[in-house]
Amino acid sequence: MRNVWIIARREFRHYFVSPLAYAVLTMVFLILGGIFFINIYVGMQMGGISPDGRIVIQPLVTILLFATPALTMRLLADEQRMGTMELLLTAPVRDWELVVGKWLGSFFFMLLILATTWIYPFILDLMTDPGIDQGMLVSAYVGLTFMVASMLAMGVLISSLFKNQVPAFFATLGLLLFLWILGGFAGSGGNPVTRYLSFLGHFYDNLFRGVLHLTDLIYYLSLTILALFLGTQAVEARRWR
Amino acid sequence: MIQVESLTKLYGSHVAIQDVSFKAKKGEILGLLGPNGAGKTTTMRILTAYMPPTEGSASIAGFDVVAQSLDVRRRVGYMPETVPLYPEMSVVEYLAYMGALRRVEDIDERIETVVEEVGLVERSQSFIGNLSKGLRQRVGLAQALLHEPDVLILDEPTIGLDPAQIIEVRKLIQELGRKRTVVLSTHILPEAQQVCDRVLILNKGRIVAKGTPADLQKQLEGVDRFVVQAGCKSSKLLKLFKDIPGVSEVQKGLQEGMIEVSSEGGQDLRPLFARRVVEAGIDLLEIRSTGLDLEKIFVKLTKDDIQTGEEQ
Repeated sequence: MRNVWIIARREFRHYFVSPLAYAVLTMVFLILGGIFFINIYVGMQMGGISPDGRIVIQPLVTILLFATPALTMRLLADEQRMGTMELLLTAPVRDWELVVGKWLGSFFFMLLILATTWIYPFILDLMTDPGIDQGMLVSAYVGLTFMVASMLAMGVLISSLFKNQVPAFFATLGLLLFLWILGGFAGSGGNPVTRYLSFLGHFYDNLFRGVLHLTDLIYYLSLTILALFLGTQAVEARRWR
Repeated sequence: MIQVESLTKLYGSHVAIQDVSFKAKKGEILGLLGPNGAGKTTTMRILTAYMPPTEGSASIAGFDVVAQSLDVRRRVGYMPETVPLYPEMSVVEYLAYMGALRRVEDIDERIETVVEEVGLVERSQSFIGNLSKGLRQRVGLAQALLHEPDVLILDEPTIGLDPAQIIEVRKLIQELGRKRTVVLSTHILPEAQQVCDRVLILNKGRIVAKGTPADLQKQLEGVDRFVVQAGCKSSKLLKLFKDIPGVSEVQKGLQEGMIEVSSEGGQDLRPLFARRVVEAGIDLLEIRSTGLDLEKIFVKLTKDDIQTGEEQ
């Protein structure tokens, strides 16, 4: 377990020496800030800003769809390209510790990004009276945290399959987009099975609306565990080739 | 310390190594010698528990590389051929990370010691990306030494270094080999001869010869070679040496007055040669045993094997 922390800590720190992480952080802020500004501006023209924190969350979800693969693409692919995988796999580190450590490092960085985006709901809260619905905001952020955790886990899984970051990025983006689109279809249908499997449904139908159900969180949690388990299998399979 | 029994590794249908067996004791430097693709790296990767063998078994300090791989990994220091490092980390940061993963106690002290051991003190704060190839090699070596492993496995430790660095690294390896078991691979024959206590020659995934460098020379040829120089013409010397029993071949040497003599049976004929020359009233200038260098043995061995390989 200690190895997980050691690896997570290194990965977290690595984001601060990589220009890409700063680019992601800047992109999130610029786009989110821009959309926020337009929303506020339009709201003012229309005669009143609606005190709804979701004007921040909704674009944030879409931005994270692109930010996630950028944060996870190098995690395992780069180790394989540089050959450092050989060092890690010959150190007394279990395969799952490596995969979970990588994921945890990216998750911590993602939490940092999410934490900094609170500034926009905070501004909105100051600008409106009586302020925004805090409960709904918390629910949405909790949901977002769990959803992003599963997205990062899928990114780690994909990264374990590649030797280069760029294909890992596009494959992850492709997988997430696929789930996005699938979620759109499933959400509209009435079939409870597809509804349960819908990646976006759990977020938009419940958490986003302020409905904090354990089942939705468990859905994302199981997805995270599944992806990390498969990632571990992929690392192990590498040994047998 | 190391025990390897009939190890076989297949990559798909390609045979990387076949039926490789050997042992290594503590304090021994074992060399794996062979051309590229002979299976040196594969053997090392199995020993370091990086990948399991297809067949056979290997153990280090009594721990099986597959079943007790974590125990094996704790006891082995490994420097892969490509010396993989994180370029964005400083030497000290990198060693601290690897040391943490290996649960090294008193990590700062250990880093200081190994950095000194490999001669990196002045560059210990530099980013690895800014170091020369030779210095990176030392960082890789420092990493392999950090946890004071019983077994050190070095894949082509001198490849890509300049001659001065090669000499330094070889010296370092010899020092390290006094206290622990070292397995190193090389395709440079003098290196194996100079550094290793025992050599395994691999070709096409099989061991084609094993023994001490001196053993190998004798065992493989059974032929000794001498250079004789005397104060007369070479042709006169040739006549003089032709009918000595045990001499199989005599030919002109590099200079006038010098001949090369090959003998069979491994007996030392130098006293006989000396007497023969002096009794003929010629001034004897030099008699020197040259031996067959490993280079010739190696070429012969691998050529033989390539031929049998083609027959299959």
